[in-house]
Amino acid sequence: MPVVASLKRDYLSKLAEQGKRADGRKFDEYRKIEIETDVVSRAEGSAKVKIGNTQVIVGIKMDVGEPYLDSPNSGVLTTAAEFIPMASPDFESGPPQKDAIELARVVDRGIRESQIIDVEKLCIEPADKENKGKVWVIFIDIHILDYDGNLFDAASLAALAALFTAKVPAKRFELGEDHPLPLRDPPISCTSVKFNDVVVFDPSLDEEEIADARLTVATDKNGHIRAMQKGLNGSFTKEEIKKVIKASIDNGKELRKILHKSVGK
Amino acid sequence: MSSKSDVKLIDSKGKRLDGRKPDELRKIKIEAGVLHRAEGSCYLEWGGNKVLAAVYGPREALPRHTQNPLRAIVNARYNMAAFSVEDRKRPGPDRRSVEISKVISEALEKVILTEKFPRASIDVSIEVLDAEAGTRCAGLTAAGVALADAGIPMKDIPVACAAGKIDGKVVLDLGKEEDNFGDADLPVAISPRTGEILLLQMDGHLTLEEFDEAFDLAIKGCHVVSDIQKKAIEDKYKSVLEVE
Repeated sequence: MPVVASLKRDYLSKLAEQGKRADGRKFDEYRKIEIETDVVSRAEGSAKVKIGNTQVIVGIKMDVGEPYLDSPNSGVLTTAAEFIPMASPDFESGPPQKDAIELARVVDRGIRESQIIDVEKLCIEPADKENKGKVWVIFIDIHILDYDGNLFDAASLAALAALFTAKVPAKRFELGEDHPLPLRDPPISCTSVKFNDVVVFDPSLDEEEIADARLTVATDKNGHIRAMQKGLNGSFTKEEIKKVIKASIDNGKELRKILHKSVGK
Repeated sequence: MSSKSDVKLIDSKGKRLDGRKPDELRKIKIEAGVLHRAEGSCYLEWGGNKVLAAVYGPREALPRHTQNPLRAIVNARYNMAAFSVEDRKRPGPDRRSVEISKVISEALEKVILTEKFPRASIDVSIEVLDAEAGTRCAGLTAAGVALADAGIPMKDIPVACAAGKIDGKVVLDLGKEEDNFGDADLPVAISPRTGEILLLQMDGHLTLEEFDEAFDLAIKGCHVVSDIQKKAIEDKYKSVLEVE
């Protein structure tokens, strides 16, 4: 571990022993969350999310394309993340690195597997033997603008807010009037990290840098678990996982309120 | 510049499609110091363009073979977000953005006191979030503010503005349709204190007289934008004073 990180670890661990965090938050408390929608006029949907100093912008573009062979009646969803050099002195330009791919896949999973998008309603012409079919293709592009920890929650909130305010550009493709996406109630992702046997939610960059393990839990409005991802080379105990899930459900409720308020539904 | 004669870009009263007069700029809004991690940053709206610029450095230039023992190198990276244009752009650099990055880097290098930082790099990241013609001018102008915000020693704050020709008439700051269907586009960046030309590109068709007129108009535009840049930097420091 680099010298600076080990100094940070000592400092943050000492604070944690007294039940404190560097910015004065409680262990399960989030930083201030701000969601702004329709920030890019060229995009079909867009949202900028700030969690503390972290800033993420998500833009949705839609196009008409062919369905996948194994799902001839379903629209296509593609999620990509860019860790642009603007966001951090440590991000380099070039093809997406492992972290960017993991982030994009976790956000994608939260949206795809929870079936918040009714993909069958995105079918324009189903594929059959003669016809390759026509469906809506949705591109979710995640742009990290300012990196101060907890990209997972910022990116998934931004993706959801962008989807909820997106308009399918049917008019541009001469397929009728523009209309909102067919969406169901979304699961909300909550991320926590563990260092020195303490688990904290919404980690700041400093907390992420010294973290042993990370856990993202997405829960729906019924309090059911819809997606999880454990990261980093440390471990959790069974009891810790259960505690984190419970706190994720509680935090998820708060985040869901903020999301619904920002998209006006 | 694909000319299409059936699109009227100037009406009988001399007004342009968006109601502007020939020598009128689109609305410009500049804010300095909008990002936490970057050493300097700027958010800029120019008509329908939305651009962010961030500065890192001076820091050790890597890989090492890029280092110059006598001065710093300036790396501007112009990048368009996938969702910034009508049809989604594939993420990552293409030939166009590599070229724009190069001419912007060279323009910035001229005003930065690079000799103060041998072997270092000064990295400028320009992200186009929403694009509506004139993104390179918007990007360079934002980069100038971000560099000042980062405290990079410069001889001047560089600024850019374009002029062009539509329906046979020279106008300032082309909008989207004007860029698509106009006759010529002339982006110019200057050092406003000395009047030195830092960037100059042209495509389309101009007579010598038209060039002179467009060139003067673009430079005039630069000076107007330069005042907005300076005000943005002033505003940031005013707000800092108020807090403390």
